Amino acid sequence: MRLPKLLAPFQPLLTPVRPNDRYRPGFWTYLFGVILAAGAVVSVLRYWKGLGYVTNLSDKFPWGLWIGFDVLCGVALAAGGFTITAAVYVFNLKRFKPIVRPTVLTAFLGYLLVAVGLMYDLGKPWNIWHPIIMWNPRSPMFEVGWCVMLYLTVLTLEFSGAVFEKLGWKKAVAVQHAATVPLVIAGAIISTLHQSSLGTFYLITPGKLHPLWYTPLLPWMFYFSAIAGGLAMMIVESRLSSRALGRGLEMPLLQSLAKALVVALAFYATARLADMARLGAIGEIFTGSREARFFQLEMLIGVILPIVLLSLPAVRRNSERLFRASLLVVAGLVVNRLNVSLTGLEGYLGGHYVPTIAEGIITLMLVGCGIAAFTLAVRYLPIMEEVEEPELVARSESAAPAPAAVPARS
Amino acid sequence: MAFLPDPKSRGLLFDVTRCIGCRACAQACKESHGFPGTGEETELDAVTYTVVLDKGNDRYLRRMCMHCADPSCVSACPVGAFTKTELGPVAYDSGKCMGCRYCMIACPFNVPRYEWSKPIPVVRKCDGCLKRQAEGKPTACTEACPAEATVGGTREELLAEAKKRIAENPGAYHPVIYGEHEVGGTNVLVLSPVPFEQLGMRTGLGNDPMPNLTWAALSKIPKVVVGGAVGLSAIYWITHRREDVAAAEHGEKEKE
Repeated sequence: MRLPKLLAPFQPLLTPVRPNDRYRPGFWTYLFGVILAAGAVVSVLRYWKGLGYVTNLSDKFPWGLWIGFDVLCGVALAAGGFTITAAVYVFNLKRFKPIVRPTVLTAFLGYLLVAVGLMYDLGKPWNIWHPIIMWNPRSPMFEVGWCVMLYLTVLTLEFSGAVFEKLGWKKAVAVQHAATVPLVIAGAIISTLHQSSLGTFYLITPGKLHPLWYTPLLPWMFYFSAIAGGLAMMIVESRLSSRALGRGLEMPLLQSLAKALVVALAFYATARLADMARLGAIGEIFTGSREARFFQLEMLIGVILPIVLLSLPAVRRNSERLFRASLLVVAGLVVNRLNVSLTGLEGYLGGHYVPTIAEGIITLMLVGCGIAAFTLAVRYLPIMEEVEEPELVARSESAAPAPAAVPARS
Repeated sequence: MAFLPDPKSRGLLFDVTRCIGCRACAQACKESHGFPGTGEETELDAVTYTVVLDKGNDRYLRRMCMHCADPSCVSACPVGAFTKTELGPVAYDSGKCMGCRYCMIACPFNVPRYEWSKPIPVVRKCDGCLKRQAEGKPTACTEACPAEATVGGTREELLAEAKKRIAENPGAYHPVIYGEHEVGGTNVLVLSPVPFEQLGMRTGLGNDPMPNLTWAALSKIPKVVVGGAVGLSAIYWITHRREDVAAAEHGEKEKE
């Protein structure tokens, strides 16, 4: 496809990075199409009939799946962005450079989807810009709003390098390159602030949030667990994109990430349990209550099991096992955020919240859009470095068809 | 950063021992706001700002916004849609609201409600009849009460009245005024013949304003920003300096 003259400078963006890269729609593409169509229907109903029509949100449960998963998990799982950029550009751990761009892309898309998700969840989304001029520095929500705006800007600038490179805009590349270190430092600070502030939200709910999760250190717990979740996401997404693109995996890098992940998880587990002991909440773990079971689930699949598994060299060296163990961490983090935002409040509020199918459709649609955008971006932008040296290559055993979700325009 | 109760600000005193459960207050509230309903409701909602709950043994409890001195909703709202007015009531500006509903999560008394069925929804809660009070009139509920179970006045007047009632009727009251100290003090005060938890009211909330809890974390932001900037810059300098030195020593300083 040739662009009109006005847009001609952007022509390179329509050429796949790797020649002869042709996309064949498969199962995932069609599934994504169905989800998109369903999402469109739900979207119309949500804005036409109101939140109550499509969601199970209520005066008892004003926050549901869209905040608990889309926002809390979306932000936490995008924490890899600031972790890896700080590691490479500030701590000078250069060997992680190959995964900087895919991770920054993941973070960028993650935050973009958080913003889109908020457009569904906010009662009056057209007022989303209000915190820019209507200030309330005492509000954690005000702080998070500002941080997400600022960090989305930082991520856009960090990511712009790949676009400029593809366009061949040498000056822009140079400027972007020069700005990288200040951007990375700003990104790390902003992320530290809002990752923890998502936990600060719940500091104002003592007696409401179950003692298994309520602690004055909740901001710290959110921060530590987000770092672990971000590391796990890097491994998961490396593996998924390697499958989608049929390229190799940087196994030595992923093994180093896995070691860092064990340290992060062990630190988090120690801090968490020591804090609970300090607050006298350890006994709550074994009461057999619904909350206790969800807590056990969160800690077992997200923390303890992965620590054990990832400590084993046999797991770290095998791309499939490494992937699964990391996926456990991601799942555990999701359970944790849902526990804080839903399970932990159910006892006080009396009753249960279960999202509607419509809420699930929107969440699936957002996740699908993220995967689709990621797949498109890695095909058309210089995101992934080619893995050439044979010792770096460890192709997955089963060469499954590419789970790419979006047809490439040609 | 805590805000102390203003003794001159206006509030309500609700006395469980006097309430006869006629629900005239709830009805008057509906009428003055133009809301549908009878006043017989048992749960607050977007068109019910106050309810009278039957607690058995001829005891009735009103539920409504407590109009805290340092309200959680005011601190929680990212756009400052809630304000604690000098007059006393906690006011809400729907024009500022973006509908995040954090106020509903934050409120220690679970008061704010939402218009779930509207495409352009706003938060709803007792407005303390701000307009009427600004004109020097009593709130609709106070005016309607035939038993003086709900009375209005400044906070210091109401506290003095409550203490007088407790002193003059030994044994008739649980000797605590709910709202005098809870969450730093509220402008709605409650007197009861029995301990408040027996009426299903939240106790053990502590005497510190809830916003202090979030502020404890938020007040550290400047330190994180400055510390982070200095710390990360220092680490950058050290890690890259070491590299420069090593390269220079090998006499083959690489260019990136």
